[in-house]
Amino acid sequence: MSSGTRSLSRVPPRVGILLAASLAAQLAWQAWRIPPAPQTADLPPAPPAALLHAASFGELEATARLAMLYLQAYDLRGDNAVPYQHLDYERLIAWLRAIVATDPRSGYALFSAARVYTENPDAAKCRAMLEFLYAEFGGDPDRRWPWLAHAALIAKHRLKDLPLALRYARAIDRQARDPRAPLWAKQMEIFILEDLNELEAAGVVLGGLIASGRITDPAELHFLLARMKRLDQQPAR
Amino acid sequence: MTPPLSPRHAVLVIARFVLLEAFRSGLPWLALACIAASAGFAAFLAHVALTETRELQATVAAAMLRISAAFLIATYVVTTVAREANDRGLEFALTLPISRSVYYAGKLAGFACVAALLAVSFAAPLLLWAAPAPLGVWVLSLAAETALVAAMGLFFSMALAEVVPAIALTAGLYLLGRSVGAIQAIAAGPLAQQQESALRGSVDALALLLPRLDQATRTEWLVYGLPPASDALGALAGLAIYFALLVGAGLFDFSRRNL
Repeated sequence: MSSGTRSLSRVPPRVGILLAASLAAQLAWQAWRIPPAPQTADLPPAPPAALLHAASFGELEATARLAMLYLQAYDLRGDNAVPYQHLDYERLIAWLRAIVATDPRSGYALFSAARVYTENPDAAKCRAMLEFLYAEFGGDPDRRWPWLAHAALIAKHRLKDLPLALRYARAIDRQARDPRAPLWAKQMEIFILEDLNELEAAGVVLGGLIASGRITDPAELHFLLARMKRLDQQPAR
Repeated sequence: MTPPLSPRHAVLVIARFVLLEAFRSGLPWLALACIAASAGFAAFLAHVALTETRELQATVAAAMLRISAAFLIATYVVTTVAREANDRGLEFALTLPISRSVYYAGKLAGFACVAALLAVSFAAPLLLWAAPAPLGVWVLSLAAETALVAAMGLFFSMALAEVVPAIALTAGLYLLGRSVGAIQAIAAGPLAQQQESALRGSVDALALLLPRLDQATRTEWLVYGLPPASDALGALAGLAIYFALLVGAGLFDFSRRNL
């Protein structure tokens, strides 16, 4: 205790009682409060990329990633009753587009689009997300081909739309020049035409991405392996 | 009788006392709390990220530390100057055989050293997620940026002699400096172009008077590697020029003021 503090006995008892009672009331109020009912909130309209840019005060990289966590929270957080499958995908894609424009070198938004938001049983929503990936691929093919490659697999195995899968595969063949890309990515069209089931194709893709050094993040690897395991446990489609 | 101090020696003595005062204040503990909060938040984020974990931690911690450094140095400078003015310390210092310019330069040198120490200590936790070379450039830029904020704080607190307006103006100038690039981009956008070009002209004119803090201490250096030397040098040169402008304005105002 510093020398500038008087002893506790100098505090009037009623002040001490007031402090203790108010602290007890605060703890009791918070402990017995009824938890709020789950919200059924859909995504708000996406801000324009220029607004995100202005609100970031120059911290574009942090803003883009925090905005992704905000989006992620819409289906992962406990107090929202709307899982991502039911979100308004037009708004979701507008958010993802604004985030990609805020930090074009980050792969977080495209990873989530390819690996999370395409996992939607609603074929129209899945297709819209694939088209978003295709549109964004053109902006930086050498960095973004892994997500379009996954989009091609989704188009082939989930949507059963071989022409769409081939369109994506041909785009990778034509535009991606990444020297680290594995062989299957350099011959994506042939790979799509091979008679592999979804699990086999996903295994080849994941193995190639790890071998090429494209996946080093432990969280991403853990996520992808969990998806593979889930795919393995699913009955053949 | 001891001979009067040379101006350079007097500047060093005043700067040393500023540093000593900073060490004995609560500033080191506040800095430590900021470092702990940023590192703790970054550790939390590692559990919610789906990918780019290291990048997420580096960018968020760097953004938090950067704004904390600017806030801490600005409030520290403004409150220190205000307290000294209230204690009549300024009048006492000027009874000594030193000029007003020497006093101002000594104070500024001391605050700039505090700012540099703050920047170096704030860079330490970022070594967990960023490579040393880009972090070196980042910390150099942060030291220059916080020294500039110290110069802003000193200028406004000496000119206004009131804490709240001085902090508000320092914060306003700092935040404008960080967002002026985005504001210019919005003003040049297709929607704004339909309006009179006066809007764009006034934003461009305002930008001429502001430091381009959005070009300095960029988090992208930490996650995407070293910037081209011309970018980093350009940002540092911009900060140095604005620092000189603030010193000039501060000395001008302080020299003509009746105490």
